[in-house]
Formats: sequence, structure tokens, C-alpha cells
Amino acid sequence: MTRRVAILGAGPAGLAAAEAALSAGADVVVLDEGERIGGQYWRHHEQLTDRRMQHQHARFARLGRVAEAATVHREASVWRVDTAHGIRVHALVGPADGSDREALTIDADALVIATGAHDRALPVPGWTLPGVITAGAAQALAKRDGAIVGERTVVAGSGPFLLPVADSIALAGGSVAEVVEAAGVAAIARGWGRAPWQLAGVAGKAGELAQYAGGLLRRRTPFRFGQAVTRIHGQGHVEAVTVQHVDAQWRPVAGTERTVTCDSVALGHGFTPRLEAAIQAGCDLSPERFVVVDDRQATSVASVFAAGEVTGIGGADTALAEGAVAGFAAAGGSLDDRRISGAVRARKRMHAFATRLATHAIGPGWTGWLDEDTIICRCESVTRARLSEYAAASSRAMRLATRAGLGACQGRTCGRTVETLIAADVDFDRRPVLSSIRIGELARLHHAEHKEQE
Amino acid sequence: MSVRIRFDGEEIAGRDGQTIAGVLLGAGRRSWRLAGGAERGVFCGIGVCQDCVVTVNGIENVRACQRTALEGDVVEREAR
Ligand SMILES: Cc1cc2nc3c(=O)[nH]c(=O)nc-3n(C[C@H](O)[C@H](O)[C@H](O)COP(=O)(O)OP(=O)(O)OC[C@H]3O[C@@H](n4cnc5c(N)ncnc54)[C@H](O)[C@@H]3O)c2cc1C
Ligand code: FES
Repeated sequence: MTRRVAILGAGPAGLAAAEAALSAGADVVVLDEGERIGGQYWRHHEQLTDRRMQHQHARFARLGRVAEAATVHREASVWRVDTAHGIRVHALVGPADGSDREALTIDADALVIATGAHDRALPVPGWTLPGVITAGAAQALAKRDGAIVGERTVVAGSGPFLLPVADSIALAGGSVAEVVEAAGVAAIARGWGRAPWQLAGVAGKAGELAQYAGGLLRRRTPFRFGQAVTRIHGQGHVEAVTVQHVDAQWRPVAGTERTVTCDSVALGHGFTPRLEAAIQAGCDLSPERFVVVDDRQATSVASVFAAGEVTGIGGADTALAEGAVAGFAAAGGSLDDRRISGAVRARKRMHAFATRLATHAIGPGWTGWLDEDTIICRCESVTRARLSEYAAASSRAMRLATRAGLGACQGRTCGRTVETLIAADVDFDRRPVLSSIRIGELARLHHAEHKEQE
Repeated sequence: MSVRIRFDGEEIAGRDGQTIAGVLLGAGRRSWRLAGGAERGVFCGIGVCQDCVVTVNGIENVRACQRTALEGDVVEREAR
């Protein structure tokens, strides 16, 4: 009998998994909450996306054609994954946050979890002002909607992702006042200058980055290293930011403050994996909190595989390679098979590239730029001072008393930050319901299930 | 090709296919919700943070960054 492989997520990892699983002869079902396939890297809209923002289109076009041989459910928000008695995935299908979406249940022999990541943005005094968005939001709005949030944007945070973000803002008609990278020149030279032959192996990626850097030069956009946006100013909306030097631990250096006029800020300090589906499936996590996988991308749960940003932050090319291996293995293929050897080699090269991202890891000194009244939990407007009152209490007591992490986003935005500030793990990633779902919809599903059993 | 929605009693035109957030931003609106007494708009842009929620045709808590605007949508502010 043909093996059925369910794939959660239609980003680079999920699409590569679908392609490989099909090539190994499986029956493939892909689910994604987005209106279109492509995930974060290939976020697009047929009429609105400026083609210059779309990289590796040939690969995407091929994956799109391949996906036609699979069953692809778009606008399918997966809210539950069961693995106790075989694999069963529950989704609601319909427009985002609609009130009467349709229930969909998929049974499968194997599951590939490729749910990706979202931006991590560290709190900064003033970061709740309209005009402050995440770096990923700037990218998503530019790509998907052809929209910009302001006329003059400061792009700040850390990591190579800031480059495409600055590029997209400019292509969408905005201007970038400066790009502010917290990692210092010395750290970057150490991290990226060492073993350049490893970069040669990922020529595609290096070429893409060089192209963005060229854009910055052409537009004369200043690029600052070892600096950070430590305060955002404005009455009712962004008017300026303070940019300041930070040391190797990201501690702000007094006396180095500069004011930069702008009407918007894009903040990105790395990425947080979207782990809730993997946790619900029962997959083991590493101490760094990524899904643990073996050579076959198999998780600790039988027949459950994982690929892409959920297994470690490595970008689109890493996700593509891991996805291919995961899909092939999930379909029952062996890694000795010639059809998958290219992906296995690419994965090795890309992992060497991914380790360099550690250069941009968040330094503990950033908390030095917070004020007592800086909002940490945006949903419930919980300040740092309020969190500190409960630093010694159990995490549960802290959550209940302050409501931090109990708001609409369920700690997706502030979870890791709250854990840093109270110096304890709170396990925000364990969520009983995986995506936004209305109480009414849940009640209707419950009702339908009971009827079925009667 | 354009799409028109109503927001704050005003008619706003956007490009066909844009999200509600895209239409509002295109019209120069950067905030459309109150949280703890302060204005908020879009933040994560990908459906994760819930900062951008609006009421659409009477249905509350719709993420403006995720919902494609449809001709005639009536969009209202929310406050919490
Ligand atoms: C906003 C944003 C923009 C980015 N832009 C770029 C860029 O321009 N260039 C670049 O090199 N890198 C970009 N990245 C980095 C990105 O993480 C990688 O490039 C790459 O997309 C990772 O691939 P992936 O397949 O692991 O995950 P993703 O591409 O994130 O795909 C995961 C998919 O899973 C779906 N999903 C998750 N949970 C559920 C659920 N419960 N139900 C249904 N579907 C679900 C999501 O809708 C998504 O489509 C961006 C990241 C973010 C957050
Ligand atoms: S801006 Fe975060 S959910 Fe819409």
C-alpha cells in the first residue's frame, strides 16, 4: 500500500519534503495556514510582489509544479496534532480568523513538521509606538502587499537577515536611514572571515548576501556594527531613535548615544522556532530548544520527522536540504539512495554556514537598555517593573499575577524575553491549541465529534 | 484594480489582493487599535503577535495582516 505522508508547513522545508516524498512514491498531503505556498522565504502575491524581492524563483516554480502532484490545503490552520494512536492532524480551513471555517482531519502513516520560525524582537523603550515593526514584518509587508510602514526606517537588530529587509524596504519605495547591527566588526570578522572555503560551498547564499550589500552601497545606506537602537522616541508615533554603541555582551556604552530621525523602525534580533506542533506531537527538544532529529531528520517520536527552522535556525537553503531528506525518509526511502545524496551533501554544507549565525546571537547585556516602565508583554501591557516583582515567585504564579504571556499571542512574542528577565524557564511553547481558533468553532467541533461517536 | 473598504466611517481604497493591514498602511494609517490606552497597528506582519486585530463585518479579532481585504468590508477599531 502507498504510504501517506502529511506535511505541516509549505515553506522551503515543507515543499522540499513534498517533492522528495513524491519522488519516493508516497501519497502526499501538505497543510499551511497561508493563502499561498512558499512560507516566509517565498511569501508572495501574484500581482503585488516586486519580482526583484523574490530569490531562487526557478526553484520555487519547480516546487510549485511538484506540489500539484500532492494534495495541498491552503488557508488550513492546524490546531491539533495527535500521535498517540497513529498520526492524525486536525485543521480548520477558510479565511484567516473567519467564523465558520471547515474542519479537516488528515490521517497519515508519517508526518513531517516544517512549521518554521518567527522573528524575535527584543523590547526597547518606546517599541510599542505605531511605526515600530519586526524586521520580518517589514519584509512580509513589502513582499506580500507592496507596502511600507514609514518613509524613513531604521533597520536594527542582528544577523544577515537585516540585509534583505533593508533591500526590500528600498525596493518598495521607502528609504532606510541606517542598518544597525549589534555584533561588532571584530566578532563578525572572527565569525565570517574564518574558514571562507565553507562559504564557497554555499555560493548561492553568499551571492545573495553580496547582492544586498551592493544595494546598500549603491543607495549609500550607512551600516553600523557594534551598535543598537536603545530607545525609540515619539508622541503617538515614531519620531526618532537613539543609536548607541554596545560592547561584546551587548551592554550599551554610556556616552555614545546618537539621535537618528526616522518615522519607523524594523527590529529583528534573530528567530524563534515555532515549536508547538512538535511539542504536542511529543518530540524531544534540545537544551537550546530546537526539535532533536537524527540523520534521517527523524524525531524522537516514531514516524514523525522535522525539518527547517524548527530544528535549528539556518535559513532557506538549509531548510530546503533538510526538508528533502525528511520527506524522502518519511516516505520510507533510504539515505543510501542516489536520489537523495545531493540533498544530504547540501545539508552538510549548509550546516557549516548555519553555525556562523552564532556570531549574531543575542548578548546578555541588552537588558541594560530597558527602563523600569518598558512594556515587555505587548498583549497585556506588562512592564519590566511588574515582572521583577514576581521574579522570585514560581513561573505559574508570575504568569497568573502579571498575565505576562497569557494574552492573545500566548507568549509567542514575549515568552523568551520574559524567561530571560525572570531567569527561569516558563515553557511558553507548550500550547494546547496550535493556532488561532474561535471558542465557537471549538465548541462546534466538539459537538460534531460526539455525534460521530454516538 | 482597486478594492474599497470602510474604516472609521471613511472609504479607503487599496490595491486588489492586499491585506487589510496593507490597505490601511497604503492610506497612511499606522494604528487602528487601542491597547492599554495606547495606539497599536501592525507589528509581526505574519499572524503571530495579534497586535493588528480589527473587527471585520461585525466579526471581532480578525488579524488585519492575515486577512485579504474584500470589496465593501466594514472594518472597525478594537480596544482592550
Ligand atoms: C517574517 C519572516 C520573513 C522572512 N523573510 C526571509 C527572506 O526574505 N529571506 C530569507 O533568506 N529568509 C527569510 N526569513 C527566514 C526564514 O525563516 C527562512 O528563510 C525559511 O523561510 C525557513 O523555511 P522553513 O520551511 O523552515 O519555514 P517557513 O518558511 O517559516 O514555513 C513554515 C510554514 O509553516 C506554516 N505553519 C506554521 N504553523 C502552522 C500551523 N499551526 N498550521 C498551519 N500552518 C502552519 C506557516 O504558515 C509557514 O508557511 C524570514 C522569516 C520570517 C519570520
Ligand atoms: S501584526 Fe502580528 S498578527 Fe498581525
